[in-house]
Amino acid sequence: MEMNDKKLQVSAIKNGTVIDHIPASSLFKVINILGLDKIETQMTVGSNFESKKLGLKAIIKITDVFFIDDDINKIALVAPEAKLNIIKNYKVVEKKVVEVPDNIKGIAKCGNPKCITNHEGIVPKFTVVNKKKVAIKCHYCEKITDSEHMKIF
Amino acid sequence: MENNHLVSITDYSKEEIFKILDLAADFEKNPNQNLLDNKVIATLFFEPSTRTRLSFESAISRLGGKFIGFTDSSSSSVSKGESLKDTIMTVANYSDMIIMRHPIEGSARWASEVSRVPIVNAGDGANQHPTQTLLDLYSIRKTQGTLDNLNVYFVGDLKYGRTVHSLLQAMSMFNTTFNFISPEELKIPDEYKLFLDKKGLKYYEHRDFSDIISHADIIYMTRIQRERFSDPMEYEKTKNSYVLKNNMLENTKPNMKVLHPLPRVNEIHTNVDENEKAYYFTQALNGVYTRQAIITHILGLKK
Repeated sequence: MEMNDKKLQVSAIKNGTVIDHIPASSLFKVINILGLDKIETQMTVGSNFESKKLGLKAIIKITDVFFIDDDINKIALVAPEAKLNIIKNYKVVEKKVVEVPDNIKGIAKCGNPKCITNHEGIVPKFTVVNKKKVAIKCHYCEKITDSEHMKIF
Repeated sequence: MENNHLVSITDYSKEEIFKILDLAADFEKNPNQNLLDNKVIATLFFEPSTRTRLSFESAISRLGGKFIGFTDSSSSSVSKGESLKDTIMTVANYSDMIIMRHPIEGSARWASEVSRVPIVNAGDGANQHPTQTLLDLYSIRKTQGTLDNLNVYFVGDLKYGRTVHSLLQAMSMFNTTFNFISPEELKIPDEYKLFLDKKGLKYYEHRDFSDIISHADIIYMTRIQRERFSDPMEYEKTKNSYVLKNNMLENTKPNMKVLHPLPRVNEIHTNVDENEKAYYFTQALNGVYTRQAIITHILGLKK
């Protein structure tokens, strides 16, 4: 909060999406999951801001990009508290929270090194067994991977 | 026809489990029935398991069927680098059902998604071994007259023992009270305790293998393997602490039976074998009837 207002206000966007309340440690996972490394419009990324809830948080502002819910819910695995502001003409027109999906396919790797999905080219499938402290159960080997050990493709 | 596979014990409802157990009882009365005439069953053992394989092959033979397959992956195209998917899709062309044992976890589920014939999982790594679970249930029901409200003691390696985990999942449908006796290093994993908590079932953990077994209806013994210990000293210290000896059975209940998935090494002293409470060899025999039941049920040959 001691930060200079001018510095904190990294270019407010005219149209697009702001993703806030990302745990700083998950920032690059979120970028990966949403494929933001391939986006060609302006994007501002900030990280390691102090947050009462998360310790350190990150924020992403993307110009002219709007996500569909299914896509955005994928980040729930690594940023379950993330909040989205949809910006149109400098105004927040919609706020969204991410929801942890019941089933996920192809985002995370199974944490069990002896699982078939880590041996043959199979798209991993999971059911989410805990939505608060995210934990996923592999459809194939039936082992549970928690968020600490989760690897994102 | 929609394929019906047996990959995990959780694939079967309570009703389906009873169906299998009733069929197995029928095969016990009348083991030789030519129901698999003109049927070819593949037994693919990507890792050796002589006991399980012989039990399946005995079941197929008593049903008048033929079997093809391999007994370990070094004698198959797997050693040339063929993928599991390719092996399964090929062998599905040669057979009416595939029974498979594989060291990789989840392999049987994956096979069931690519095979056009039913898959029966005969063990996938440390994950599932549902035909073992069904024969355990058959043995428990046969000796106790019921599966409901029993007091079951698991002894030995409760961390890696997949037979323990699958039987626990299945018995949780029958209001079982669980007792877990194991060394600290091989205790029952938290995820199973959480599972029992959610079901509201009672369980107790013990480190000492002592006269607490006097309350048991079933004692399920498992083998403690040296390679499971990170510290070999720890293995040496514990290996003899979880051995069942004949004198320990004195104060146990008259209906109590000792089960073991076999092979046994030294965890049940041979002086227990003559005790009428020792049931593990009959349990292995029950495996043949149970596998006859599973095969004929899946192929729709027995209503």
